Amino acid sequence: MRKYVPKDSVQAKAYYTDRFHVVPSVPTQDVSRDEIFSKHLEILSSKVEIKSAYIQIGQMRVEINHQDNYRAIEILKNECGYEMMSDMSAVDYLAKDGTFEVFYQLLNLKERKRVRVVCRIEQGLAVESIVPLYKSANFAEREMFDMFGIVANNHPFMKRILMPDDWEGHPLLKSYPLHGDEFASWYEVDKIFGKEARDAIGPENRDPARIDRYDTKRFSRVGREVPFGADISDGEPETPIEYSTTFLVDYNASQTQLEDRK
Amino acid sequence: MQQPNRLSPFFENLNFEREDNTMVINFGPQHPSAHGQLRLMLELDGEQVVKAYPDIGYLHRGIEKMAENMTYNEFLPTTDRLDYIASTSNNYAYALAVEKLIGLEVPRRAQVIRTILLEVNRVISHLFFIATHALDVGAMSVFLYAFREREFGMDLMEDYCGARLTHSAVRIGGVPLDIPDGWMIALRKWCDKVDYELKHTYNALLEENRIWKMRLENVGVISPEDALSWGCTGPMLRGSGIAYDIRKEEPYELYSELDFDIPIADTNDSYGRYRLYMAEIEESTKIIRQLILKYDETEPQLMAHAPQYISAPKEEIMTQNYALMQHFVLVTQGMRPPKGEVYVPTESPKGELGFYIKSEGEPYAYRLKCRAPSFFHTGLLQELLVGSYIADVVTIIGSTNIVFGEVDR
Repeated sequence: MRKYVPKDSVQAKAYYTDRFHVVPSVPTQDVSRDEIFSKHLEILSSKVEIKSAYIQIGQMRVEINHQDNYRAIEILKNECGYEMMSDMSAVDYLAKDGTFEVFYQLLNLKERKRVRVVCRIEQGLAVESIVPLYKSANFAEREMFDMFGIVANNHPFMKRILMPDDWEGHPLLKSYPLHGDEFASWYEVDKIFGKEARDAIGPENRDPARIDRYDTKRFSRVGREVPFGADISDGEPETPIEYSTTFLVDYNASQTQLEDRK
Repeated sequence: MQQPNRLSPFFENLNFEREDNTMVINFGPQHPSAHGQLRLMLELDGEQVVKAYPDIGYLHRGIEKMAENMTYNEFLPTTDRLDYIASTSNNYAYALAVEKLIGLEVPRRAQVIRTILLEVNRVISHLFFIATHALDVGAMSVFLYAFREREFGMDLMEDYCGARLTHSAVRIGGVPLDIPDGWMIALRKWCDKVDYELKHTYNALLEENRIWKMRLENVGVISPEDALSWGCTGPMLRGSGIAYDIRKEEPYELYSELDFDIPIADTNDSYGRYRLYMAEIEESTKIIRQLILKYDETEPQLMAHAPQYISAPKEEIMTQNYALMQHFVLVTQGMRPPKGEVYVPTESPKGELGFYIKSEGEPYAYRLKCRAPSFFHTGLLQELLVGSYIADVVTIIGSTNIVFGEVDR
């Protein structure tokens, strides 16, 4: 029987988990433990709704509603001194509860504090772009769109950034296979040779571990070992190498031969 | 519109005589000064850039996707391929993020070795910057001299870990190897050599060089506000007069115990950034000299003791049954960090290199995001290049010091 692979998440899974295995959690602290963070959270909570907030590994993580993302980050920038947006992206939870988690990593240079603003959005919804606040979001939001298909509203140039413009699918979704999908395997064939050449060329091999029978470069078949003498021909008939039996020029007697031909 | 005929053929990437009389040209993706696969679409008015549009993704290998499908230890060598000029800093940033996630204390000797390796990598990367930047601008001999010292630095890395570019010299929980015999002596010699050459060769060739100054001064000026807004870090941020170095402000490893300065440049231009790089090399050799002394005071343990996450040393695996069992489970299944998320910034030679890891308690990271400094510096190009001249484009790209391994990931 073929192994069952769930379609909504094709990420690699542990092949064995002890049934008594309990997943521990990274310890979290209450925000009130840190003076500066609690001050910032107070300012923030007076203006926007906070869903949860705690400190994990020295950084505050604040969860807000996705409608408030621009406003919350604006407050953090202008009133709490988070002058730099180091990073932003998303995490795919579609298989679990049909949402994405979008996170913004902010840095306060004066007080040396880092905050992660997190919001959940459902698939198909868009977040508000924060490019007017931080220009670094320009590339970062484009990358988020490229990788997850999450659109940022009012972004000046919402376009794919790493993948080609005419690509289909968003590679970092959990439903996207590691070696690419059907579209990916025909992309370059169609581009370079045209669709009509599909039959002649075949789909692109996107599995770096695949062994081609006629591969003359990679002889190591690590992980693909077969017993000695096993038939690896895939039912293909053997075609023996044929050598020409006639000498064109016999180099030992070449001079006389050439003269004979004259 | 172009009207191609036999005398004037159709140029697919040149667009002559538009209404506003600007010309669009392609810079790259195969341009020798693009430091990799950068394609810039430049709209030119005469020789002046009116609009710049960086197009990236030519080296996209999906490293973040790969991270989701590899166990934590499997992924470590892949981080070499991010910033391949100084790969130990990537290994380290990743290892540190995982260590923070599982709450691991690294033995003191491993900390000393790691910090030495990080600084050696910083010097190697900065030498590479000076060499290629000078070459881009036209100073060929600096390139040759700086590459000589960089080569010696790579020899040191080779003596330590066996690789010249893709080091994988840091492991999660420590370092794999102790310092080989005589390495510290060679390292000290190399530091002296770098310091000497810095003063007498690179400085002498470039610092007061009229052409060098004319090409770099007031070129690529980034105001402090822009640097913050565009997410510039590392020398790009300090080149705009903002003294923020993660080694100093949010110290990790041994940096809180070391005595070093954070040079800044407040001219905001390429020349200031070049001088900053030179000063940082000096600081790095200063740090290395202090660490050589610290090394002798340490115990010989190299890897943290955490049987749940880290394999025991080889001798124990070969002699003790329980260590072998643990090792077997860790190799076949991989370590399972606790559920949680972490973002750890480190100061790589290019800027803030951070790894965001979201763990769901599985041996595979649920999400790994690599915050690469060069990615944001490339984004800045679309504003920085506007208004500059076509001849300065190469200088500006050179002085941002971007590496496409980490831009495209």
